[in-house]
Amino acid sequence: MSNQQKTYWKGTEQLTNEPSFVANAEKEFPEYLPINEDKEAKNGSTSRRDFLKMMGFGVAAASLAACEAPVRKAIPYLNKPVSVDPGIANYYASTYTEGGNYASIVVKTREGRPIKIEGNKMSSITQGGVNAQVEASVLSLYDQERLKGPLKNGVSANWADIDKEIMDQLNAISAAGGSIKIISSTINSPSTLKAIEDFSNKFGNTEHIMYDAISAHGLLEANKEMFGVRGIPSYDFSKAEAIVSINNDFLGTWISPIEHTKQYSKTRKVSDKKKKMSRHYQFETNLSLTGSNADYRTPIKPSQEGLVVAALYNEVAKMTGNAGISASKVNVANVSKAAKDLVAAKGKSLVVAGSNDKDIQLLVNGINNMLGNYGTTLDLGKHVHYRKGDEAAFNKFMSDAKAGSVDAVIVYNANPVYHSSKGAELAKALKNVKLTVSTSDRKDETANAVTYVVPDHHFLESWNDAMPKDGELSLAQPTISPLFKTRQAQESFLKWSGNNTSYYDYLRNNWQSSFYASQEPTFDIFWDRTLFNGVLTMKKESAGVSAQSVDFSGVANRINSNYKANNSGLEVAFYQKVSIGDGSQANNPWLQELPDPISKAAWDNYATISQKMANELGIKVVEGKTSLITLEIDGKSMEVPALVQPGQAIGTIGLAVGYGRQMAGKVGNGIGFDVYPYIGTLNGSQSMAKTSKVNVAGVAGDYQLAQTQTQQTFMGRETVIQETLLSEYKKKNWKRDFQPHVETSKGAVSPSKLTLWNGHKYNNHHWGLAIDLNSCTGCAACTVACQSENNIPVVGKQEVINRRDMQWMRVDRYYSSQKGAESYAELEEAAENPEVTFQPMMCQHCNNAPCETVCPVAATTHSSEGLNQMTYNRCVGTRYCANNCPYKVRRFNWFKYHDNSKFDKNSAMNNTLGKMVLNPDVTVRSRGVMEKCSMCIQRIQAGKLKAKKEKRELEDKDVNTACATACPSDAIIFGDLNNPNSNISKYLELKQHDEEPIKEVNNERAYHVLEELRVAPNVWYMTKVRNKDKESNEA
Amino acid sequence: MLNEQLNMSLKTYITRLSLIAFLLVNILSLTSINSAYSQAAELPTEEAAISEGQTLFKNNCMQCHAVHEVVVGPALKNVYERREIPWLINFIKNSQKVIASGDEYAVNLYNEYGKAVMPAHDFLEDKQILNILGYIKQQTDNPPVEETATTAGGEGAPAGGGGIPQEYLYLIIAGFVIVLVLILVVLSMIITVLTKFVNNKEDLEEADKEYVNQTFNLNKFVRSNGFLFFIIFLFTIIVVKNVVDGLYTVGVQQGYQPTQPIAFSHELHAGQYEIECQYCHTGVMISKSANIPSANICMNCHSAIKTESKQIAKIYAAIDYDPETGEYGDNTKPIEWIRVHNLPDLAYFNHSQHVNVGQIECQTCHGPIEEMAVVKQWNTLTMGWCINCHRETQVQTKGNDYYNDLVKAHDGGELKVVDIGGLECSKCHY
Repeated sequence: MSNQQKTYWKGTEQLTNEPSFVANAEKEFPEYLPINEDKEAKNGSTSRRDFLKMMGFGVAAASLAACEAPVRKAIPYLNKPVSVDPGIANYYASTYTEGGNYASIVVKTREGRPIKIEGNKMSSITQGGVNAQVEASVLSLYDQERLKGPLKNGVSANWADIDKEIMDQLNAISAAGGSIKIISSTINSPSTLKAIEDFSNKFGNTEHIMYDAISAHGLLEANKEMFGVRGIPSYDFSKAEAIVSINNDFLGTWISPIEHTKQYSKTRKVSDKKKKMSRHYQFETNLSLTGSNADYRTPIKPSQEGLVVAALYNEVAKMTGNAGISASKVNVANVSKAAKDLVAAKGKSLVVAGSNDKDIQLLVNGINNMLGNYGTTLDLGKHVHYRKGDEAAFNKFMSDAKAGSVDAVIVYNANPVYHSSKGAELAKALKNVKLTVSTSDRKDETANAVTYVVPDHHFLESWNDAMPKDGELSLAQPTISPLFKTRQAQESFLKWSGNNTSYYDYLRNNWQSSFYASQEPTFDIFWDRTLFNGVLTMKKESAGVSAQSVDFSGVANRINSNYKANNSGLEVAFYQKVSIGDGSQANNPWLQELPDPISKAAWDNYATISQKMANELGIKVVEGKTSLITLEIDGKSMEVPALVQPGQAIGTIGLAVGYGRQMAGKVGNGIGFDVYPYIGTLNGSQSMAKTSKVNVAGVAGDYQLAQTQTQQTFMGRETVIQETLLSEYKKKNWKRDFQPHVETSKGAVSPSKLTLWNGHKYNNHHWGLAIDLNSCTGCAACTVACQSENNIPVVGKQEVINRRDMQWMRVDRYYSSQKGAESYAELEEAAENPEVTFQPMMCQHCNNAPCETVCPVAATTHSSEGLNQMTYNRCVGTRYCANNCPYKVRRFNWFKYHDNSKFDKNSAMNNTLGKMVLNPDVTVRSRGVMEKCSMCIQRIQAGKLKAKKEKRELEDKDVNTACATACPSDAIIFGDLNNPNSNISKYLELKQHDEEPIKEVNNERAYHVLEELRVAPNVWYMTKVRNKDKESNEA
Repeated sequence: MLNEQLNMSLKTYITRLSLIAFLLVNILSLTSINSAYSQAAELPTEEAAISEGQTLFKNNCMQCHAVHEVVVGPALKNVYERREIPWLINFIKNSQKVIASGDEYAVNLYNEYGKAVMPAHDFLEDKQILNILGYIKQQTDNPPVEETATTAGGEGAPAGGGGIPQEYLYLIIAGFVIVLVLILVVLSMIITVLTKFVNNKEDLEEADKEYVNQTFNLNKFVRSNGFLFFIIFLFTIIVVKNVVDGLYTVGVQQGYQPTQPIAFSHELHAGQYEIECQYCHTGVMISKSANIPSANICMNCHSAIKTESKQIAKIYAAIDYDPETGEYGDNTKPIEWIRVHNLPDLAYFNHSQHVNVGQIECQTCHGPIEEMAVVKQWNTLTMGWCINCHRETQVQTKGNDYYNDLVKAHDGGELKVVDIGGLECSKCHY
């Protein structure tokens, strides 16, 4: 029965049992703690005199404190808005748009300031999910680096003067027939596009060019060639039974990760009533978030990508009776197996590729067409507008600008100087343009290269709309008055084109004329309802689009010449991190400190290399201590830290974009290195890979990466991660592999039968969490949501290195392979393509909590609702509890992270602006106290109070934790275990026993981590099920 | 009356003495005015009449008048001594008529109080008016004592005691003392008798003799180790007790009574006019904070009432309102009230939980707020104080389905806050 012969490991150092690692792993705190700040001056010790001085001062301070309490002011509204009551949160539906990324959101405001972003459940697209970037964007609103007003030549100016100068120049240029260019990233707001169109019509000879930092030009062009429409179809992963993805990180960073995660997770949920799930193949270079969730993952080199798609095309063609194409053979595992599954799930399968090569996308379209997926998993009649960038137009603009034939450039909410491989050229070219304007919210790389900066509002201060998909509309409303003297960019366009209406009126009028079709009795009702809902779905007939014949032999020829089956040289694959993305929000400390879901490294980018390459170069990565390598791309060389990434395709290096910002702000500047300049082209469009002229010249020195995982060892305890195969799970009377037992005089018994504890009685509520390891994709949206909800400080890179990261919620990532490793050769094999499991880990709220028994001051106690409570003001900081916690989820405040200039990167707590984001219902902890997940006790209390005020019993809808609310894959379920009607009770199939506080769980997948300890957590994990064949598992 | 409080501290005692002095002075001054219109005796004094007068006063007069304070109209203290009763009855029934008749006093009064028209009360009978005056007299003679009493700092709260009345307690103690003295006398007599008896014995040893005849040496006793130890011990205990008590009051702001930028009186608004607390503190039933009222709430009344007051002018300045034109400007300036009740950041307190769900009176925590001209912190607001209340207070489970399971778990019995986890840390600290 047991197939648990796998070895789980958290990092390569654990796999090999490095002596230094083992020595440290057994210690709670791996290094001598450099807590004394003036160590060098005093040699770390305190003299008797100092002690007396401090004593004297302490007595004086205490007596002073006793004399006078500080006078605190209370300043009420002069004229209180009807809907705002201090102390009560208001929620507004709005829309997050950043480039083409889209999420329908609900903004929580307190006393008129947004403090938290949650998903809007009414949206048919994001369905209440968010991701890390959306969650974190509320902090960007309070970014001190934002411009406080318009600038001219870098000096602040006033709006009237700037408007006059810009309008005069525009009129002059227009009169002379000069060319005006508006450069923006993808815009999917119909009203904004209309405003820009009005502007273009007014001045004539005006072109609006959209470009994307990470382009989807190839995909758009392929669809244009095949279907006659330059657009991206809407994908529906929820209908797909077989999914093949080639270098496409659709769960992490592709065009609409939240939407796709929502859909994908629906196909990954299993229960004893539905023992069915999708099968997911991934062919990719870097180990991506999506790849780590795949059932079958095959590492491929970027140079093989085209041939892999061609091979898949041929396999599918052969099985569906279509004509194949002639392509070079490539020796890559799982292609024919994938094809077989695709054909078996014909019409319910989906092939996606992340490549920006039009030919690859044409082949993928061809495969989906042969499989009959159009109309089911792909809807061409309903285009999505997440990416519209036109590289050809942008390139033409670049050459025009260089040639000096452009007279005015208005950069609208884009940063092409940074986000383009030709940024430096562009910055130079802009100098020759008569009128240069940027609407950047900060003095970024592009704003620095233009004459006028007319800062736009933050999206939380703006009115706007969005059309992420045909027929799906979304409204954005301001949730705070503008903080600075900024102006909405759309209003600037209107003003410059002589239209003095506010953008709000313009937006309303546009909606009245374009989208109001008597859905409601009056437009006002329609408007209010849409604003309340945040989203609107228009009835729209899906336009029948049919495939046109494509010259696949031409495609095959180009693929054969552009790709190689066996490239011997080193290759580079560029990628986006789930946290930082393209780098637009680089100044957001929450995102910088968010460990990458795969590498678990924060505050940096690095070269991900395979274990094989590390062995060849002699690089050992031990607990983040690594080496710099001298990387040469196209003859340019740079020194970058190397990180051994299991699963990295042999002979490739992964480099993340979005780092190395020079002008993002205090937090983001100078973190990592910028790789945009190295991004080249292939087949006429941006290519996220370099397949030639890449070389590692050698090892250049030591470097310390800030990794949050590797130190907390797994120690071979199988009960941490439990997994099985779908085929096993399908069997009748399936049981989990690992069921711990304890030997007693009466034979082996389950740990739950033995206890020293008396247990607790929960009369009213008993809170619990159920976490489905099968649906969790590891995206870390929960981590940021928790950080935002619970005022968790950002500690900075050095403190992360010191293992003092504060995030209450971490997502543990475990690699597993069939074999352990004793030697480097074996390590290479184990790390070549491991399986990955993600496990969100937070306080388990044990019923028999080990932390509670060791606290000498009873600062951590058990509540009558099953919670393990942490009382900050009682804690004296012995840290016994953290020592005794088997889950290592307790976090200690080594420093005062607020109002402390040494932690100025913790911008949410160190300046008056940033502090506006803090949740007023949660204490900001000070130095010397322990903290940990409270299961969002403030939300529980608020929900209970709501029920009490309404004099009714508490229901599921009243309370939800921040992590569960944010989760785009609905992997976390929170609820009252005492309520038989709650979702969690039904999910866990609980049986209530009045005398037993610990409920009997009948969901056969449910288990406790470290069950044998009998600490009886209130958090259950659901066994991960992989849809793999048994043979291949043992192969 | 004073007998009852013999055990109060010296401080309170002094306060009471000064209160008596104050009353005496008052009475003296009253008698001197009495010479003008000594008609006080004509006013009714029986309880029923006064209570009727009180009701009438509340329903008809209180909107504009108070006994001890100028509101819209003059303070009514001693009014029966200022004018003749028939004059008063005429004026109350129809003041405009009296003014129109050219009565000098009435015209002066009218001009002095901003030509505010006092509405006619011709529906009142003469007897009713006399009852009102009787009530005013009663109020005049018994000015509210709380204000002076409470300045002592919250010690005026009734001393907690057992069931035995205090007079008996003193009697019992006195009895004990007498018995003890008698025992002492008897004992000394016995000693004298015994000493004599022993001395009369011849065969006594020298040592015993010395022992029997030793005299009590005060000097020696005072210098004895035992006595010194006892004194030092007592001293240490007192010092330690005071230090510990003192430390417990660090950060406790009981009695904190800062001067506010606008002299708003709760005594006037909540006490005399009985305006509901929620009328101004709009958050108290729905929100965590009760809310300090926004200026627009003040303006609901004060756009018409007391528009000339200097204090109200401060509101006008803050909200940039011009009472002449009745228009609002843009030059607003928020009012910076001084927070009286400062809970530390680490404690979460929610008004709606207590006032709405728990149905607790405002006064339970804030003290007799309706009697405070200047708000002060009545209670300690310490954790011990919170906890104590949570131990004693019943949960309002009646008609609230939320508590169904809890009531069931306690077999339908009484439920105190402590029984439903009201003492758990994370009910207030998170």
